[in-house]
Amino acid sequence: MILLLDLSYRAHSLSRDEFVGPVARIVGRAGWEWRETHFSEIRSDDLKDVTGIILCGTALKDNLFAARAQEFSWLRNISVPVLGICAGMQVLCLVFGGTIRPGCEIGMTTVRADTPDPVLPGSPAFPAYELHSFTCDPPRGWEVMAVSDSGVQAVRHPDRPLYGVMFHPEVRNEGVVERFLSLCKEKDR
Amino acid sequence: MLHGKGEIQEPERTSVNGMKLGVLCSGGKDSLFACYLAMQKEEVACLISVRSRNEESYMFHIPNVHLVPLQAEAAGLPLVTVETEGIEEAELSDLSRAICLAVERHGIEGVVTGALLSVYQAARIQRICRDLDLWCFNPLWYTDQEAYMELLIETGFRAVVTGVFSAPFDATWLGRMIDREALKDLKQYARKHRITLTGEGGEYETLVLDAPFYTKRIVIEESTEEYFNYRGILRVRRASLETK
Repeated sequence: MILLLDLSYRAHSLSRDEFVGPVARIVGRAGWEWRETHFSEIRSDDLKDVTGIILCGTALKDNLFAARAQEFSWLRNISVPVLGICAGMQVLCLVFGGTIRPGCEIGMTTVRADTPDPVLPGSPAFPAYELHSFTCDPPRGWEVMAVSDSGVQAVRHPDRPLYGVMFHPEVRNEGVVERFLSLCKEKDR
Repeated sequence: MLHGKGEIQEPERTSVNGMKLGVLCSGGKDSLFACYLAMQKEEVACLISVRSRNEESYMFHIPNVHLVPLQAEAAGLPLVTVETEGIEEAELSDLSRAICLAVERHGIEGVVTGALLSVYQAARIQRICRDLDLWCFNPLWYTDQEAYMELLIETGFRAVVTGVFSAPFDATWLGRMIDREALKDLKQYARKHRITLTGEGGEYETLVLDAPFYTKRIVIEESTEEYFNYRGILRVRRASLETK
């Protein structure tokens, strides 16, 4: 079971179909069961049968999740793989001691994968869709896997399967989500 | 909350019913279905329309955009319209002007688009919204195209084809209603001819005559057709509203 976490400004918002829906379709097409929850509504029971978590993005002007980053502290103790997309990467950074600062990118950009990782596309540079108003300074010890001219594009925890991507893989980089899913336990498939 | 200027504050709410939004409306199914979705979550305060004089406009759908005022009347919504020469990139400043007018006249806090797959369109509108400090919503973004088309029909939208711009569309498609039979044909075209099912690739254009939120429906009273070599347009010369 993959848990999709909606990080938008309220549960069942107009942003849901734009940022959770496309990720859900990739997960479903890859043969995984999934369910979604808004970050404000998550309970410990929601995590019991979960084998992977994807933190979805938000609208450009929607940064409520960052003001309420303390509500994601449960991520410090999570053992299953986590993929943070855009807002989700910002949450991972904040929870693990990194910071965010203004840094806007909109549209296609070239991402350079300096540190190869099975989750990223195999080529050293690839086009990716960006939609964010903040950029991340990753937590100490986290590896920077990819960058663009504007900042850090992909990070991973040094020891645990926790990944963050600043670009939106649901747009033209679906393989990133599919390869992340391959890190999750197979029992659901 | 954190926003583009790096300040922390809670989300602003200036209206009782939800965020006031303006819907970018071309008159076609995608913008009006996005409007329908927005109405279920927030408050749609107006439609916003850009009339381009350039038939090859990259940003703005052309056929029958002059009927958007009738659609706004059918929906009981105010309309903000501007005209553009439709010159690439310069037309963006006209769109920005239209959105600014919607802010002034109707106090909108955000914009809704019917963008499905076009990064070109979506990114440009996102930039305009960022510059104007407005929210931007694209509720059909990367949606399941087949499920969307099914839902469009199921919820009572009556959209007719007003332009075809690709093989294998013949002249019989002009004026054809997007119903289950048409969808069956479109699915076949998508498989065999690699068109996008929704017409997002510019293969066809539509005009919405009726929608669940219309209080009246549009009736086409007079139209003309132009068609040659897989390209055709149904031009609506006269249309009116009738009680539903």
